[in-house]
Amino acid sequence: MSRDNILHKVRTALGRSAGQAVADLPPVRLRVPEVAMEDRIAQMRSRVEALSGKTARVPTMEAAREFVAGAIAGKTAVASNAPYLVECGISSLPGVRTGIGEVGELTEVCARVDIGITSADYALCDTGTLVMIASPAEARLVSLLPPAHVAIFPIERILTGLDELFTVLPDPAALSSSMVMITGPSQTADIEQILIRGVHGPGQITVVIVG
Amino acid sequence: MSLELDRKIHDTLADANLQLAVYAATGRLKDKRIQSTADGVLPDYQELRTQANALKKHAIDNLDFYLEEFQRNVEAHGGKVVYCKDATEVSDFVLDLAKRRGSRLIVKSKSMTTEEVDLNERLEHHGLESVESDLGEYILQLAHEKPYHIVAPALHKTRYDVADIFTKELGVARETVPEKLTAIARGVLREKFLNADIGITGANFLIADSGAIAIIENEGNARLTTSVPKIHVAVAGIEKVIPRAQDLAVFLKLLARSATGQLLSVYASILAGPRRAGEVDGPEEFYVVLLDNGRTKLLPERSKRESLYCIRCGACLNACPVYRKIGGHSFPWVYSGPIGAIITPQFMGVTHEPGLPFASSLCGACGEVCPVKIDIPKVLLELRGEVRKSEAREGLNRIEKLAFRVFAWVMAHPRIYEMAGRLAASMAPAGEGKWIRSVPPPMSLGPLKAWLSERDLPPVPPKSFREMWRNR
Repeated sequence: MSRDNILHKVRTALGRSAGQAVADLPPVRLRVPEVAMEDRIAQMRSRVEALSGKTARVPTMEAAREFVAGAIAGKTAVASNAPYLVECGISSLPGVRTGIGEVGELTEVCARVDIGITSADYALCDTGTLVMIASPAEARLVSLLPPAHVAIFPIERILTGLDELFTVLPDPAALSSSMVMITGPSQTADIEQILIRGVHGPGQITVVIVG
Repeated sequence: MSLELDRKIHDTLADANLQLAVYAATGRLKDKRIQSTADGVLPDYQELRTQANALKKHAIDNLDFYLEEFQRNVEAHGGKVVYCKDATEVSDFVLDLAKRRGSRLIVKSKSMTTEEVDLNERLEHHGLESVESDLGEYILQLAHEKPYHIVAPALHKTRYDVADIFTKELGVARETVPEKLTAIARGVLREKFLNADIGITGANFLIADSGAIAIIENEGNARLTTSVPKIHVAVAGIEKVIPRAQDLAVFLKLLARSATGQLLSVYASILAGPRRAGEVDGPEEFYVVLLDNGRTKLLPERSKRESLYCIRCGACLNACPVYRKIGGHSFPWVYSGPIGAIITPQFMGVTHEPGLPFASSLCGACGEVCPVKIDIPKVLLELRGEVRKSEAREGLNRIEKLAFRVFAWVMAHPRIYEMAGRLAASMAPAGEGKWIRSVPPPMSLGPLKAWLSERDLPPVPPKSFREMWRNR
């Protein structure tokens, strides 16, 4: 079998024996800076906007609901099963499909609607990134198939950056089969290096920060 | 240098549009890398490079350990790991899987490793439809070409080229606006995604302690490839393994900046096994194919092992004055630029294209920009030594050796040297003070022709230095 053959070649070349332990693994390098919450929010917004995303900061969950209602007026939308969206009352807005638990139906709906609405497990303010962990509450396709993505989350979920994320979540795979970090709208520059948004994923991204 | 390489280089140099396209595109990528790694933006850039180098060195030095740990953890998440020694084993695995599941349509996201084993061609040969979904790769698949650049595969194509390709291959009305061309591709590929049976991707990192893979991209096509079809197969070289998920904090910062100057790429997915209980979507089957294909040949010598640290960011291509002139298709294999010049001879053998390690001015720019600090110029020098040794073994450079023996003898005898100088000056064409780019027969024949085709001669001075010295 190729497995044993390849591993044997590797060990012979490296002068190691089967099962030999490793020494001198470089220590983890994670540096989490102190950043005040207001600064985190400001950074998050400016990074997302620099990537042509839209942002809003609303004081309450009701205000979030109002904002989203305005953003989706006249359009079709699907919402993930995130409890936070239910608490905000976004899931029950008119014209919003939600509570889908079957993959065939989810794919069909997500491929058809104008907007996908999700929460976010975390946000990284130094890069303007949304962190989405797949779960019964958050399907992968809601933030992927519709041409626009709206994400709503409370300020407490804003982390300083990658280093803090991997401090909080040393092993994302323990939680889910998929964790994706989303930094701005889908983009390509494959034709003459001209930046075009929305090639396969959503071309528009709206971040709503609550609190 | 083979005549093939010589011809490709001359063709590229003679194509003014191509020269401009490659020079402009690599220049932009180069500038963006510099801006995004500047002191004010990323003060610990050099520290991150040092850490990335230390991590890669450690992982490769203990490769068997981390591969086994990776496999155990992938299996714990319900995924499967398959080792393949070469291209045939990879395509056999996919073909067998497709046959057992009754699959017909495969979508692919960009992967240099699958380019390396010609996976599309092999699958299509057996009647499967295998569609590239990265826009650049899709354009090239329709044009039947290999990637021009590791991260920007269609860098050499203009919008008009793409318009011609789409009109011819897709039968659509001709569009030359990049937004519209992109929309056409989105429409065609969206259908493919929704109907695909298998999604095939590469992997930027194999994470040992998590049993997960990381895939970094900007378009969302890799997310679609790994989320919609029921089966996900990731194909990765064995060298892609890193010890911990936490190490991604180092690599992700370096990769995006070095490749395109972004702070982070748009999508960084960490994927572990098939869809879990309760999760709404995601694949039902998850395979990681670990490919050798010559990589184990690089392990015995410590100095060459470091070629396996590469994270395929493409920064060395953009920084390389040679790549920027001779372009990606002059290189004999899928990997181009300085990294291609060091890994191709090591994967394929130095005789595959003996000119390759010499396709460098050894200016050192590639080593300077490498985010994992591979000393590319040093490896190039070692490979040059190997090419010469292998040529000597096969007696290939006997004429060159003889020429240099004669040259050494002439140099050691001042009178002969002077005579030879006068003789050469009398035979050389009148350059009229300009560099001489071609020489008349008999110098333009045989082995001298190839040797001189790469070299321009300085103009012949009216008097030699020795004459001037005597008449001073």
